[in-house]
Amino acid sequence: MFYKNIGQIMLLFWRTLKAVPNAWVERKKVYDQLFEIGNASLLMVCILALFIGGELALETGPTLVERGLSGVLGRMIGLSMCKELGPVMMAILIAGRIGSAMAAEIGSMRVYQEIDALRTMNISPVNYLVMPRMIAMVIALPALVIFAIPVGWLGGALVSTFNASISVSVETFFHDLREGIAVSDVVHGLVKAFVFAVAIGLISCHQGLVTIGGPRGIGRSVTKAVVNSIVMILILDYFVTRFLIYFQ
Amino acid sequence: MSASPQNNGNVGVAVRDLHRSFNGNEVLKGISFDVKPGETFVIMGPSGSGKSVLLKHIIGLEEPDSGEILIADQSVHGSEVLSHYRVAMVFQSGALLKSLSVGENVGLYLTEHRLKEPEEISRIVAEKLEAVGLKGLEERSPAELSGGMQKRVAIARALVVDPQLVLFDEPTSELDPLMSVNIGEQIIQMRDRLHPTIIVVTHDRDLAFAIADRIAMINEGQIQFIGTPDEVKHSRDPMIQKFIHAELTNP
Ligand SMILES: Nc1ncnc2c1ncn2[C@@H]1O[C@H](COP(=O)(O)OP(=O)(O)OP(=O)(O)O)[C@@H](O)[C@H]1O
Ligand SMILES: [Mg+2]
Repeated sequence: MFYKNIGQIMLLFWRTLKAVPNAWVERKKVYDQLFEIGNASLLMVCILALFIGGELALETGPTLVERGLSGVLGRMIGLSMCKELGPVMMAILIAGRIGSAMAAEIGSMRVYQEIDALRTMNISPVNYLVMPRMIAMVIALPALVIFAIPVGWLGGALVSTFNASISVSVETFFHDLREGIAVSDVVHGLVKAFVFAVAIGLISCHQGLVTIGGPRGIGRSVTKAVVNSIVMILILDYFVTRFLIYFQ
Repeated sequence: MSASPQNNGNVGVAVRDLHRSFNGNEVLKGISFDVKPGETFVIMGPSGSGKSVLLKHIIGLEEPDSGEILIADQSVHGSEVLSHYRVAMVFQSGALLKSLSVGENVGLYLTEHRLKEPEEISRIVAEKLEAVGLKGLEERSPAELSGGMQKRVAIARALVVDPQLVLFDEPTSELDPLMSVNIGEQIIQMRDRLHPTIIVVTHDRDLAFAIADRIAMINEGQIQFIGTPDEVKHSRDPMIQKFIHAELTNP
């Protein structure tokens, strides 16, 4: 699928890293991107996280309560949210919402020769376009995940309390959650979010930069950026988890 | 980001036996010519003959399969020319950045390379926009402008660079005759004020004869003829007559 592009993506990664020292000088571009990401996704992140937490409680709560394990519901939902579902679902959301926009914007700049125009002015597209987006992405996604985790917990707690076949009180839920979750678990989620952010940013910007063939090409690039990002998120999820378990 | 190049003065361009294929389709089949410093050199030829590809090679946006580009007698590779000299290219579409205002587009080179203070940049932008007859349009979005206006903004953007070498890709295509004359005047003004080396690709015979020091005819990836406008007009070569004729009836 995209392994033939892996070399190019790695090269783009390297060139982006080399451009990172300019980030402070280019901070206005980074702020603009951050604002755009926050603006486009904060509400969606909220809704998504609330429902994921609620849905987890709904699926697992009755069974746990039936087996007399109502005391572990908080920790179970708490851990799932911060180590797995928070980072993965938010990353998928951001791939669809922001990765697509990045591929479309850069792709159209490519197709309409705006990138060539930049290059003739000796302005590096990596510096001008890719680096600010990458920095904004690696700041925004972990921040959104930090935001999503407690919202997800809240969703879980609400369903646990109000669903008749669960009826675990909010105090019990959060008491268990606090007992069962360490800071390292949140860090685990943030490490994942960071890795996913790099992957989404690189794949989307790269796909934008290699766009050819007019408006239809831009459409193709957007689809590829989103699909490849999601596949990569799920693949990386496994390996990052393995890696983090190894170091725990 | 690299600062503005130190070199000054216009530069000669030499193209040596340039070959380039795309997917087995040979587009440039050994192109060679010289453009003298400060000369206005016009390239004409039928659609698909490789003119745009040739310009992209000269300015380093494309890499040749073989052959050489020399700028000021030095062989350049890849985008070296862009970092060593002040060059500008006016794309056929204008290629303005849609996400920026007209003023930001015109001042982009100065802003990004941090060559001037913001107030100074605003002043220069206003001056260059006035020079292309678009005074006071700084805040407009490129999408709100007509094709001809966008192209003039692109010319203003090229003027800001104070180029040593400037390339135009079909500056008058898709424009009405009055606007074509206007664009031709802009190019002449640029030449008279800054004396850059100018290479223009065009289908517009009137424009070519008005501005050219020399004209090159290119066909199927090869140079057919190079000469002054008079030599082109009076050439008995049936191929060239056909070119000119074709340009007349099917611009
Ligand atoms: N990136 C590319 N990939 C594949 N083929 C290309 C590419 N760029 C140009 N070509 C081919 O090169 C040939 C010459 O294209 P070019 O754009 O230089 O023509 P042109 O002389 O500028 O024509 P026109 O006057 O219509 O602008 C065309 O056949 C085109 O299909
Ligand atoms: Mg062309």
